[in-house]
This record gives sequence, C-alpha cells and structure tokens, in this order.
Amino acid sequence: MSDKIPTKEEMIETLEKRHGKELQSKFSRAAVAICGLGGLGSNIAISLARAGVGKLILIDFDQVDISNLHRQQYAASQIGMYKTDALSENLKAISPYTELATHTVRVTEDNLTELLCCADIVCEAFDKPEAKAMLVNGVLEKLPEKYLVAASGMAGISSANSIKTRRITKKFYLCGDEVSDVADGIGLVAPRVMLCAAHQAHMVLRIIAGEFNP
Amino acid sequence: MLKINGKDVDAAGKTLSEYLADTDYEPSRIAVEINEEIVPKSQYDKIILADGDVVEVVSFVGGG
Repeated sequence: MSDKIPTKEEMIETLEKRHGKELQSKFSRAAVAICGLGGLGSNIAISLARAGVGKLILIDFDQVDISNLHRQQYAASQIGMYKTDALSENLKAISPYTELATHTVRVTEDNLTELLCCADIVCEAFDKPEAKAMLVNGVLEKLPEKYLVAASGMAGISSANSIKTRRITKKFYLCGDEVSDVADGIGLVAPRVMLCAAHQAHMVLRIIAGEFNP
Repeated sequence: MLKINGKDVDAAGKTLSEYLADTDYEPSRIAVEINEEIVPKSQYDKIILADGDVVEVVSFVGGG
C-alpha cells in the first residue's frame, strides 16, 4: 500500500492547484491548536488537515469510548486508545505530511499558556460549559495575541440553519446556535456537531486567508 | 444606560458581580467582554458598569 501514497511534493502541488499558490502557502505555514478532540475537535482536525494546514496541535486527556462513535471521527477498533493517538493515526492516513503535535493532558488555567504558545489560532472544542468558559477566559486574558474560535450550542435536531459564526471581539469568534444544551434534549447528533465543527474550521481558514468577517 | 448583549440595560453604577447576581447566568460558564476587552474573573467584583458601556456576556452551553 505504501508505494501508492503520494509524495509531499505531489500533495502540495495538488493543494496549490485547488487553492492557488499564495493561499496554500498561507495554509501550509499556519499552526492551529485544537483543544478537545471529541465531536468538534476530531472533525475540525480532519477538515484542516485536508485543507493543507501545516501544523495541528492536538490536545485531549481522554480515551476513545463506545459512546463517542456516533459523532466523533474514530473507528470502533480504536476504543480504548488515547484520542490524541487515535486521531493522529487517522490524520496520518488522510494527510501524511501534516505536522502533528499531541498533548495528552487536561487543559487548565496553569498549563494553557505553555500548551498553546506555538499556535496562531486556537479552537475551543470542549464538551463541558465550564471547560469552554475556562479556556476562553484563559486565552483572552493570557494570550490576547491569538485568534480564538470557540463553540456553544449544537445539541439536538433543531435546524441546521441556526448554526452560525459570530465575531464577539476582534480576535474571538463563537460558532453554534448559542442555546441548544445537551442537558435539554436528545443530546448530540453527528451532522449538527459536524456543522458546528465545520463553522469553526472554516473560520480558521478564513482567518489564515486574511478574511476576518464571519 | 448601557448595552448588554445588544439590549439597553439600566445597570450603571453596579459592579459586574452585582449585575450578574440579578441574572440567571452561571458564573463558571461565562466570559464577559466590556468594550471589546475581556474582564478577568478576579475583576468581576471591582469593575463598575458605566453609561455607554457595551457589554457582551457569552454563556456557554454543553456539547462538543
């Protein structure tokens, strides 16, 4: 199988044909951190790797569980693996030359500066609202030079069209419908979580491209 | 008057903590920006809301 995998040069040339050399060069130089590798983070990572973003920093303390498979980009055979390892495996199969850095830790107020120092853009992709708020407050306070793309509100089967991206402040964007809580209803379904992740990933690409409106 | 999440609110003179205490916001699930600047949690008791402030309270819900 390995002799069928294209070379790095072939992959980049193919991306340049689609995105144009200038834009692809911006994507290739970018480093994006993804905090949380669940339904949001695993989908964001795959989108950004496919689009040719040069470096992904993947952060999650948890392992793949059977309850993740209905919306997260893991295989049943990966249950029990750390998500950082499982997602790296999947990303390497899709995009073998994307540079990956993994941190199998819980993000806290104390370690976020160190974990996120090398990223141009940070994606908040956690599940729990307290963790989301901690990361957003921490990044905005301690790393004000970073762009931050967070998510809130993607549970349930409400309309896909209510998922949106809003620019809260100059470098802080929020994706989701902002209201649909997992606690309120049927939980998370794959397409609506993927929509929210796609909003986040697309905003990341727009920021890299120099397009700052949602 | 000041604007909180796009709505006119008569809260000038209150601290941010005092304003939040009158609402349903859960402090551990929010981030607050005043005039485009994040307010550190340690400042919630000290920041006094003023006429003309533009306040954005981002309240996170679960799911990801």
